[in-house]
Amino acid sequence: MQEAMIKRAKELLADGTVNRVMGWQAGEFAYDITPTVFSSADELDKSFVYNDFCSANVSKYMINESRKDGKILCFLKPCDSYSFNQLLAEHRIWRDHVYIIGIPSYGKVDVNKVRAKGVTGITGIRTEGANVVVETIYGPETMVKMDVMEDRCLCCKSKKHMVYDELIGEEGDVMESSRFDMVEKLENMTPEERYEFWRGELSKCIRCNACRNVCPACTCENCVFDNPNSGIANKAPSSDFEENMFHIIRAFHVAGRCTDCGECSRVCPQNIPLHLLNRKFIKDINELYGTYQAGEDVNARGPLTNYTVDDCEPSIVHHRRG
Amino acid sequence: MQRIGVFVCWCGSNIAATVDVQQVSDALAKEPGVVYSTNYQYMCSQSGQQMIQDAIKEHHLTGIVICSCSPRMHETTFRKTAAAAGINSYMVEIANIREQCSWIHKNKEEATEKAIILGRAAIAKVHLNAPLTAGESPVVKRALVIGGGIAGIQTALDIADAGFEVDIVEKKPTIGGKMAQIDKTFPTLDCAACILTPKMVDVAQNEKIHIYSYSEVESVKGFVGNFTATIKKKARYVKEDICTGCGLCTEKCPMKKVPNEFNQMLDNRTAIYIPFAQAVPKVATIDPNACMMLKNGKCGVCSKVCTAGAIDYTQKDEFIEQQYGAIVVATGFNTIKLDNFDEFAYSQSPDVVTSLEFERLMNAAGPTGGTLLRPSDHTHPHTLVFVQCVGSRDVSGCGKPYCSKICCMYTAKHAMLCREKYPDTEVYVFYIDVRTPGKNFDEFYRRAVEEYGVHYIKGMVGKVAPKNGKLMVQASDLLANDQLMIEADMVVLATAIEPDESARSIATMLTASMDTNDFFTEAHPKLRPVESPTAGIFLSGVCQGPKDIPETVSQASAAASKVIGLLVKDKLTCNPCVAESNEMMCNGCSACEKVCPYGAITYSDKEFRTPYRTTIMRRVASVNPAVCQGCGACTVACPSGAMDLKGFSTRQIMAEVDAICK
Amino acid sequence: MQVDETKEFKPTIVAFCCNWCSYAGADLSGTNRLNYPANVKIIRVPCSCRVNPMFILRAFQRGADGVIMCGCHPGDCHYTSGNYYARRRMTLLFSMLDFLGIEKERTRVEWVSAAEGAKFAATMNDFVATITKLGENRRLEDIRCKKQ
Repeated sequence: MQEAMIKRAKELLADGTVNRVMGWQAGEFAYDITPTVFSSADELDKSFVYNDFCSANVSKYMINESRKDGKILCFLKPCDSYSFNQLLAEHRIWRDHVYIIGIPSYGKVDVNKVRAKGVTGITGIRTEGANVVVETIYGPETMVKMDVMEDRCLCCKSKKHMVYDELIGEEGDVMESSRFDMVEKLENMTPEERYEFWRGELSKCIRCNACRNVCPACTCENCVFDNPNSGIANKAPSSDFEENMFHIIRAFHVAGRCTDCGECSRVCPQNIPLHLLNRKFIKDINELYGTYQAGEDVNARGPLTNYTVDDCEPSIVHHRRG
Repeated sequence: MQRIGVFVCWCGSNIAATVDVQQVSDALAKEPGVVYSTNYQYMCSQSGQQMIQDAIKEHHLTGIVICSCSPRMHETTFRKTAAAAGINSYMVEIANIREQCSWIHKNKEEATEKAIILGRAAIAKVHLNAPLTAGESPVVKRALVIGGGIAGIQTALDIADAGFEVDIVEKKPTIGGKMAQIDKTFPTLDCAACILTPKMVDVAQNEKIHIYSYSEVESVKGFVGNFTATIKKKARYVKEDICTGCGLCTEKCPMKKVPNEFNQMLDNRTAIYIPFAQAVPKVATIDPNACMMLKNGKCGVCSKVCTAGAIDYTQKDEFIEQQYGAIVVATGFNTIKLDNFDEFAYSQSPDVVTSLEFERLMNAAGPTGGTLLRPSDHTHPHTLVFVQCVGSRDVSGCGKPYCSKICCMYTAKHAMLCREKYPDTEVYVFYIDVRTPGKNFDEFYRRAVEEYGVHYIKGMVGKVAPKNGKLMVQASDLLANDQLMIEADMVVLATAIEPDESARSIATMLTASMDTNDFFTEAHPKLRPVESPTAGIFLSGVCQGPKDIPETVSQASAAASKVIGLLVKDKLTCNPCVAESNEMMCNGCSACEKVCPYGAITYSDKEFRTPYRTTIMRRVASVNPAVCQGCGACTVACPSGAMDLKGFSTRQIMAEVDAICK
Repeated sequence: MQVDETKEFKPTIVAFCCNWCSYAGADLSGTNRLNYPANVKIIRVPCSCRVNPMFILRAFQRGADGVIMCGCHPGDCHYTSGNYYARRRMTLLFSMLDFLGIEKERTRVEWVSAAEGAKFAATMNDFVATITKLGENRRLEDIRCKKQ
């Protein structure tokens, strides 16, 4: 896959279709993959990687990259293409400055799960059928891919690209997914249990803003939490309330726009399951206002900028469950 | 830092009796930024306003807080006061310590504490107020009148008289409304047609008035001074401009068994019809539900007999879009359905009629040619029983809780006319109360009793039972404490009136508010009775509440004068409390545009400088202040907080929240 | 949730009222002298759609024990559609607060028309009673904003 991608990228650079390539390269460690812009064939040869650790969603980078001169080549996994499409719907990306190659994704590997198996000194990874082979300084370790796959990939919603100019590999389909199971489990708890659960999770928040910065829906020119005039600006959580406030408002701001890519939870250094907040909104929207998948249709009207006269009353919250 | 003045009003004893005003002004004097604080008996009075103006000048105040009645009452007054003293009129905030404090709380300590908190919230808000200047928007010099009854006619004539174009939209084939169906008018007993039809002709002949008969308002967009209405001209299958109204088609039409609405279904009309002889426009209309030609293509008689060639079976509904500066609602009323009043046997006997049906039975152009005959056997009735308040003042839920207002007088009229034309009849009127507050009304009623010998009996009719061609009326006489059984030939029910069924959908279209009975709400029940709270919408006639003809005509003229006052202006000052987009923060995501009900938001690509000495193109929103009505939907839809609402900014509302929760 | 039985608990209630219907309804309940507790403090907004979820959270942060939003009845919005958007926003916000384990009784939306002074007073009486029974808001408070 990596070779095919580099080959095609070089061709597009050579024929002038694009002048830059958005891809991934290894950071300090082999599993520490960083999105990078490449501008020559040499750079691609030297450091372009695409493997099971390349899980970063690069669509958000297109907001700024697409405003530069010339076209940029961008590789999108199916889940990334939803984010990209949602950004198109919000007029955030200049579509004609981006050349999209859709690439398949069969699930990305969570390095923490690999480490949990006692594997250290990781230098590389490759897929072999249903297994992954993790290269280490101590030699290769083979493990079942399902066992080390990222949680979000285990309940993948779609293997189909929402937007692309060309595809490498096979196109998949929208899938049945069990992604709301955990939300449902929480819903079935008592309010006290839920409160305890979230207090336990959210109190870990260190307000590093990683979730916000990686989120392809959080693309405000000036975030309300950085704007002293918004009345809610704050930098560090000094009270329980601010962790709640930050995460509720962030989830609310992306409600109806969140494509459920799961980047927020992936990047959280405290491993807070932030995606559950977004999924709760998605689940509510689906149940109350009809199934809606952000990023699916560029022309769709988002559920929060829409209404019907017979929408349910807010008191429905009082009658449901608990 | 603002220099704030606080003015606590006693409102006589309305506030001062439950709120310690001295304590409030003392406490608020300690708030940051407050440089002057006082209290006075009547802040809204001349001397109260003078006091505010003097304080503004003397203490160089930049903002003022008035602790008084609801801002809905006197916000405008105090804004003018502030402007007169040289500060911006939007540097005023009102703490509502009357309606929302002194009037609802009994404990003085609690009420005083709350008044102080409300004052603090207003002070916190005024700290963040900024001077606002109102923009201007042009006025389209044309008015729309919805409804062509006497209310609509009078309003249209008055507006046209002042030189403005008026369109009347009437859903029936002719204008005239209910008044055209009425026989005589109280208290003078002149014939309704004699005074109405000349006005209808005036309307038809007035160059400034255009009548859209057999038409409905389909949609209304826009705002005061600049409404756009779509009018649906229903297909009448007759070319209006060619038809001469000769009526030959109505004579020849073979479909003669269509119930005649104009005569309250007491007789029949043809499928092609002209509602009545003086109809305006006098043009035939084909009833598509009755016409054989339209239903199954077999007939075509009218088209053959029409020498003018006006019949057009292929006519389609036509939609006309027109711009208006003002809209007058004159949708009128109907009598209620009597399904809930089985005890009066309305559905069992044709001789039990509503008062409006009785009007037709007495009318020379009615189904009986003006001779009072029983609908059942066309014989002359000798004993008539009138029942008042049928469905009016009814708290049981079967009828309407309000007084229909006109029934006492028309019943007296009916009773009097019966006795005058047919002295051999006995006439009984059963009433709860007789209400005759109007010029010459009580005299009229007394004449019915004293000169015409109408039997007025205080009491309700319990049951009407048809028996051997007669109507057995069982009733009570409350004054004599007696049960009565009257063998009547006819029973006339003074049926309650209700707003026309089209009123609610029209209210929704106009975003005008209505009360629980579907009467349109006026902007102020006493001081602005002919305006709707929605700017540019005016109310004429019964759509606002039950009224007789003189009252309707006065209100119609009042509404017209308000419309003229609006249309005579070239420009309107807009509400300056509108949304504003901060371009530096705008993402250009279009969320605000999607929720804006007025289409006030547009986007453009603009070049911005980046911190890296380069420029970047960004799509940003801008708000048209003349179109924005200031609802604030966009401010919440905007994720970045770029959109804010002047006068109700995020920071202002949060400051209020903080002051209240502190 | 523990309620201190010894001291009478007087909750702080913030009510957001739209200018055209609910604020007028509140005025009407005043005009008709219909009582409701002084704990309720009204903030006037042009339309229920002006109420940002942030305002509600802010009120809780600063020590409110209950927040109620009142607007025109659906279909009667002065701005045609404002309350429809507000309805969706509040439904989702309340559901989220419930999801986080915040007592759902603390938030409420009621549609009160300008003619419903009695409904306004009754709603406020009921809401204050509910919150009083529920006790102080502890799950969504900012300890720094507490009254000493």
